[in-house]
Amino acid sequence: MNRRKKTGGGIGVEQELESVKLMKAFVQQTAAKHASTQGGLLPCLHEIQAELGFIPNDCLDSVATAFSLSTAEVHGVVSFYHDFRTSPSAQHCIQICCAEACQASGSRELEVGAADVLGVEFDQKHPTGDYRLERVYCLGNCACGPSIRIDDEVYGRIDLAGLPQLVNEAMQS
Amino acid sequence: MTMTVYISQDTTAVAVGAERVASAFVQAAQDADSNYTLVRNGSRGAFGLEPLVEIETADRGRVAFGPVSPGDVPSLVKSMADSKFDSHPNYLGPVSDIPWLANQTRITFKRCGEGDPVDLANYRALGGYRGLERAISLTPQAIVDEIKVSGLRGRGGAAFPTGIKWQTVLDTQGEQKYIVCNADEGDSGTFADRLLMEADPYQLIEGMTISGLAVGATKGFIYLRSEYPRAQKMLERAIEVATAEGYLGADLCGSGQRFDLEVRMGAGSYICGEETALLNSLEGKRGVVRAKPPLPAIEGLFGKPTVVNNVLTLASVSSILADGGAEYARHGVDRSKGTMPLQLAGNIKNGGLIEVPFGVSLSQVINEWGAGTRSGRPVRAVQVGGPLGAYLSRDQLDVPLTYEALTELGGMLGHGGIVVFDDSVDMAKQAHFAMDFCAKESCGKCTPCRIGAVRGREVLDRVCDNTASSNDLILLRDLCETMEQASLCAMGGLTPLPVKSAMDNFPEDFGVTDNQYEVAV
Ligand SMILES: Cc1cc2nc3c(=O)[nH]c(=O)nc-3n(C[C@H](O)[C@H](O)[C@H](O)COP(=O)(O)O)c2cc1C
Ligand code: SF4
Ligand code: FES
Repeated sequence: MNRRKKTGGGIGVEQELESVKLMKAFVQQTAAKHASTQGGLLPCLHEIQAELGFIPNDCLDSVATAFSLSTAEVHGVVSFYHDFRTSPSAQHCIQICCAEACQASGSRELEVGAADVLGVEFDQKHPTGDYRLERVYCLGNCACGPSIRIDDEVYGRIDLAGLPQLVNEAMQS
Repeated sequence: MTMTVYISQDTTAVAVGAERVASAFVQAAQDADSNYTLVRNGSRGAFGLEPLVEIETADRGRVAFGPVSPGDVPSLVKSMADSKFDSHPNYLGPVSDIPWLANQTRITFKRCGEGDPVDLANYRALGGYRGLERAISLTPQAIVDEIKVSGLRGRGGAAFPTGIKWQTVLDTQGEQKYIVCNADEGDSGTFADRLLMEADPYQLIEGMTISGLAVGATKGFIYLRSEYPRAQKMLERAIEVATAEGYLGADLCGSGQRFDLEVRMGAGSYICGEETALLNSLEGKRGVVRAKPPLPAIEGLFGKPTVVNNVLTLASVSSILADGGAEYARHGVDRSKGTMPLQLAGNIKNGGLIEVPFGVSLSQVINEWGAGTRSGRPVRAVQVGGPLGAYLSRDQLDVPLTYEALTELGGMLGHGGIVVFDDSVDMAKQAHFAMDFCAKESCGKCTPCRIGAVRGREVLDRVCDNTASSNDLILLRDLCETMEQASLCAMGGLTPLPVKSAMDNFPEDFGVTDNQYEVAV
């Protein structure tokens, strides 16, 4: 779940400094908490991303220190996994399944047409800033594809014509 | 009288509208002033019938309606109140008579859909935890022997005999050992692990606990893919309840033995389903494949002896211990013992989970259970065994579904995924996707896979653009051979399987600009 707070435009320099300080304190706390559990790095990164919406590059140092790793090592882990992002993105995420079972039931058309009907390219933020569009490879809904996921909900038997409305409804709720 | 109504909370059931049906039900029952208890169960896996509504009746047991839309609900509630439900257009009859379900042999999935997945009392009432109770009374060796007798082979894909794996971990000295459940289920066309975790999580927990007793491990991890948020919630709740009730923790059922369990989330990497990459990921590292040996059974998680098994393998252990290995081995054929949870997916009318003894034919599954394609067009290709499995053509569909028969055909059964394509499929595009997927998901450790897949994709780019020459196809075969022979793991080693089978079985889709292909091969 994405608990990132919306950052409004036009905040002052002081407020920005304040929020950077808060972010750094949060990262330090989170890293300290997970550093003592075995294999705690992934849970730590998941928690940071869930809270901040991404894993800021300038917090890798403090994560590395807590885990007794080099910053390069932490960066190596972050960059390996598709789930982790190092730059801010939209609050909501729309994923279109592009794996074989969904291809067999029509996802190729969805993949080609989604950018057009939604007005956003893959791996980009929608102009409204509400959501980003991603590809995903299997959501475990392969008997009722094509499948998409909007945040934590999966939807089945999606066609291109119905996609914009579904997305709009989900953004509204 | 209060009626009990069951509507599933399974990912697929909800994906096709179960949540809206449940809300409609609450509303309609209120409007009609009916007394009811709504249970959100797991799914039985008859996804062609979801959203399925089941109602407990006094005289006919549990009856089912499906697929139900929110608009059907008011008339359904009324038909129940008037006891005229058997004339409702969505009425399917008693659950146990639904042919799709009645023709299966459910062992591992027998409880799925019966009740609230985290209701531990219900799990026990349906025979749950009998396996663990028996295991507690046995020696570790006797538990391992029971698994050997069952003939159980790993359901994750490689089909390695589970008893032998456990024996190795049991025989390896170590202060700390681990049980790791591979719940990464990355194969497209598969959802059996997900369905089981969402419908009957205690069975997996019980199986892992038994495994801990068998090999002397006190700690288990479930490595779950991040694409499965519902399964995560279900497992975490079930672990909490099981711990509170003494089925996990320091004193298992008062036996003085310990087993703790934790769910850890993956982060969107297909290769982390490969067991050694998974272990690296659990350790907090990049999910890079490790060279074997050492086997994980000897040096696994954090360098300790570790059992790594798939969700279905571990879940099967519960019933094997409850009813005996010999009972399990009664099912199946050859060295494919027991039942196989097949997953029918893709362009199919009635997809879902089909647990049957090994040996049922592929065409039977597609036609009798699946009722043909969803588009109504003829079947052209079927991919069995996930993204690394072969594409079979129409004339290969009589193959019996056993590990041996699929291997003989040059394919594999893998985790049991069956993806059906109709005649609109372009097999060159499917081959292209296989190489593309490998290029995207390769862990990068070895060159044949890391570079080979990229080169393979380039060639297939040309095939798809109709600019390929016959030399390109020779190059592609060459690349496939190198990947097969020199890759460190099955990602690079098996990606050629879908590619080559597509070329061999559907050569007409690989047209080249000159006509020397036949000569060239
Ligand atoms: C590329 C690749 C992906 C795999 N993905 C999975 C997976 O998602 N789930 C799984 O159980 N096994 C997967 N496996 C198989 C595991 O490496 C391993 O054989 C399995 O977890 C062992 O458990 P089992 O004996 O119970 O099948 C994969 C293997 C490879 C090479
Ligand atoms: S075959 Fe591919 S995924 Fe497997 S070890 Fe080599 S590079 Fe990694
Ligand atoms: S392939 Fe799309 S949900 Fe599995």
